[in-house]
Amino acid sequence: MFSFEVGSLLNIGLVLVVGLVVSIMMIWVERRFLGFFSDRLGPNRVGPFGIFQVIADALKMLTKEDWIPPFSDKFTFVIAPMILPIVMLLSLGVIPFAPGIGVMDLNIGLLWVFAMAGLASYSTMLGGLASNNKFSLLGALRGAGQMISYEVFMGISILGIVILSDSFSLREIVQAQTDGWFIIPQFFGFIVFMVAGMAESHRWPFDLPEGEAEIISGYNTEYSGMKFGLFMIGEYIGMVVLSTLIPVLFFGGWLAPFGLEFGNEIISGLFWMGAKTSFFLIFFVLVRAALVRPRYDQLMSYGWLVMLPLSLVNLLITGAVVLYQAG
Amino acid sequence: MFKAIGKQIHIIWSQIVTLWMVFLHLFTKADTVEYPDVKPYMFPRWRGRIILTRDPDGEERCVACNLCAVACPVDCIALQKTEDENGRWYPEFFRINFSRCIMCGFCEEACPTHAIQLTPDFEMAEYVRQDMVWEKEHMLIQGTGKYHDYNFYNVAGKAIGGKGKGEAQNELPPTDRRSLMP
Repeated sequence: MFSFEVGSLLNIGLVLVVGLVVSIMMIWVERRFLGFFSDRLGPNRVGPFGIFQVIADALKMLTKEDWIPPFSDKFTFVIAPMILPIVMLLSLGVIPFAPGIGVMDLNIGLLWVFAMAGLASYSTMLGGLASNNKFSLLGALRGAGQMISYEVFMGISILGIVILSDSFSLREIVQAQTDGWFIIPQFFGFIVFMVAGMAESHRWPFDLPEGEAEIISGYNTEYSGMKFGLFMIGEYIGMVVLSTLIPVLFFGGWLAPFGLEFGNEIISGLFWMGAKTSFFLIFFVLVRAALVRPRYDQLMSYGWLVMLPLSLVNLLITGAVVLYQAG
Repeated sequence: MFKAIGKQIHIIWSQIVTLWMVFLHLFTKADTVEYPDVKPYMFPRWRGRIILTRDPDGEERCVACNLCAVACPVDCIALQKTEDENGRWYPEFFRINFSRCIMCGFCEEACPTHAIQLTPDFEMAEYVRQDMVWEKEHMLIQGTGKYHDYNFYNVAGKAIGGKGKGEAQNELPPTDRRSLMP
């Protein structure tokens, strides 16, 4: 039972604990790096380098009043924040971290991730709808429109990978990249996937559902205490999922670049997967620090008029080249 | 068509430049001053906590003239004049409500004896509101503050015990008006 094979109890515990801890620590890492990017220091007073800031934040959230608005739809109001972390953790389950490390090895792993990402939009929608608040409803509508439209070409953008690797299983996709990472033949797919992924997890600069400048806090306006905390943690787990998914799909997952493997393949795989994931986590923080939030019509027209044609052309060319090479 | 594509490329290029320039800020020194660990340099004329000083002989400088209380725009100074056996005036109590004080320094400018002075100390937070009201024994220091040689009674014409009329610095003996015959 306690062995390094996909789905063993040790693996489940490892992925759950490490995934959750990394997601929660991202709150501190993000604030720290946002500070560095804007010539500040960030939170550095609680514990060494401020790493216990997250514990202080969690204590604050847990001791706050857990208020359910009397005008809200109570059942939906309570259920909505639970959906997001659950589905994000479920999609973390199919990520192949290293050979033999992972919770599930589904032959439709990619579709599973997309199904879970689709369910995640219910969290935003139901949360905003149940709050019975104009601003929450506006945020929920924005979230629904944004997530559904960006999901379309997020799916199309990785069909090129499915064509190249001939599989929906994430492990086989990684194995198919031993000869060369998919970033080179699928560069435009990568661009579209990354932008759509950021919009999907409504991270900055696509945080229009929250858009605190215009609609207070969007769909989570009425949420306080740990219910808001669940929304936040869910968003950070989504960020971790995205940051693991991009290396798996485009950067060879656990495969070492330039043959820089060391030790046994599990340790080497975990190291390289962690390195690539950290790179993208920090990159998303940089994106948050640097880019401004677009207007909602700009977001929509950018998605439908630029990203969708780009992903379709990418799919078309990939298919044509594969067919041509097959003879 | 090509114009639109060119515009999109320009937009994307501008985003990439933004990302790169913000990334470079990772290597610049932070502007933050970590305050409780690193104290900032406070200039000597900074207007902070108010003190009452003594003259070089160690006597209280304040003569309870009430000019500071009059000058105070927020009326946070209260004092009561009294006299000692030598005829020196001094405040019976001198009370400043620092929860009202705006550190404007008008009291310091109004003071004829350099008694009331502002110092570069600003860390005056209290947990209890009543602790913001300072009495004379809290503010009166042993030194002379910013003006080391000034002694009001030595240059003023008022007679006090041990110094009669005409004995102050730069003061002529009193003239007998009735002897000024033509």
